[in-house]
Amino acid sequence: MNAVTVFGIFAAVAVGLGLYGLITNPEPLRKIIGFNLLGSGVFLLFGVVGRRGAAAGIGNDPVPQALVITGVVVAFSATALAIALLMRLHQKGGPTTLGNGSPPSARSDPLGS
Amino acid sequence: MSIATVFEIVLAAVVLILGIWTIAVRETYSATVGFIAYGLLVALIWVRLDAVDVALTEAAISGGLGGVLLLGAAARLQDAELTATEAPSKVTRVSAALLSSLTAAALASAVLFLPDSPPTLAPTVAGHAWATSLANPVTNVLMAFRAMDTMLEKVVLLLAIIGVWSLAPDDAWGGRPGLRHQADPNDILVFLARLLPPVGIVAGIYIFWTGANHPGGAFQGGAILASMWLLTVMAGLTDTPPVSRRWLRFVLIAGPGLFLIVGLGGLWFGAAFLAYPPALAKPLILGIEVAMILTIAATLGLLLTGAPERSEGQ
Repeated sequence: MNAVTVFGIFAAVAVGLGLYGLITNPEPLRKIIGFNLLGSGVFLLFGVVGRRGAAAGIGNDPVPQALVITGVVVAFSATALAIALLMRLHQKGGPTTLGNGSPPSARSDPLGS
Repeated sequence: MSIATVFEIVLAAVVLILGIWTIAVRETYSATVGFIAYGLLVALIWVRLDAVDVALTEAAISGGLGGVLLLGAAARLQDAELTATEAPSKVTRVSAALLSSLTAAALASAVLFLPDSPPTLAPTVAGHAWATSLANPVTNVLMAFRAMDTMLEKVVLLLAIIGVWSLAPDDAWGGRPGLRHQADPNDILVFLARLLPPVGIVAGIYIFWTGANHPGGAFQGGAILASMWLLTVMAGLTDTPPVSRRWLRFVLIAGPGLFLIVGLGGLWFGAAFLAYPPALAKPLILGIEVAMILTIAATLGLLLTGAPERSEGQ
């Protein structure tokens, strides 16, 4: 039992949890959070594999580290775009749930577009 | 079992409980708060994995800025939440649980049965560090050995901001993003917004500068700068600029633009696209990073403030 095993199993469970939340939560914001949880598990798997590749005085393989840093920023921008879409939908008075049979409400757009 | 292992198991268990809470709790607002705590503690896991650069990024971007983004959205959606109470059917839940557990089990067994001699690029990275004269291997990979990824990632940030801005309603097109914040001048937030930015700006520039040789870099520094700007916006001390401003757009393309110019210069004068001559590598990389930190700070801040909602005069 070492850091790699403990955090590796944790990362796998985080991916599973995120996937479950993504499928079962009808609210888009909860889906976004679930998706981020899934992503954080995938990043941690990178970190775990990189930790095993520690060599030449570097504690964690720098190539997966760099990929994860890039990935975190890309995940953030995708989240920001998803939330902007959600906010616009909310502003337009659309249903903020993805469940079946939620009737589209006819709330007027406060910004008149 | 050593103390370190016990600490790691406790840490993993606490973060796991937060993850379950985030998925299972009823109110979206609580889920958001749970996710922020989760993001900050995951940064500790990264420290334990000896990846301090990633830990800084995770704490600053996922935990900090991502948290503000989600909290803002959750607060604005709170009134809509009451109407959305439809739960998925039991069949969906059971099959989702089955699928998720299978995925988790497959990944966990993959981790447990990894090959005994792990493949690694660390010696290759360490062996080529002379080419850039930077001592931080992660910065070397980000800015030189896999500079293409970093450049394209800047383009992704740019595309995201274009996507967010194109959601503006017609009458706010090119206007100011977000709501105008009004705060009481005696408010604690206003006090903090006057006190913290000088410190935060120095810290952000330090983290960027030290990234050449120690953990840190343009992403982490840029995130700190962005949060300082957002603090002054939220306290009502400054307003968001209209997105049609030419200087703003110039800042947004400065990072990827300079990166692309240097890359094409490598194609013209040197061996390949994005190849730096070793003698000039460090100044070139630092130059790109200076442009990049400005672009990153501006883009992250503007992604958080969202689509334009007010025309210029409002």
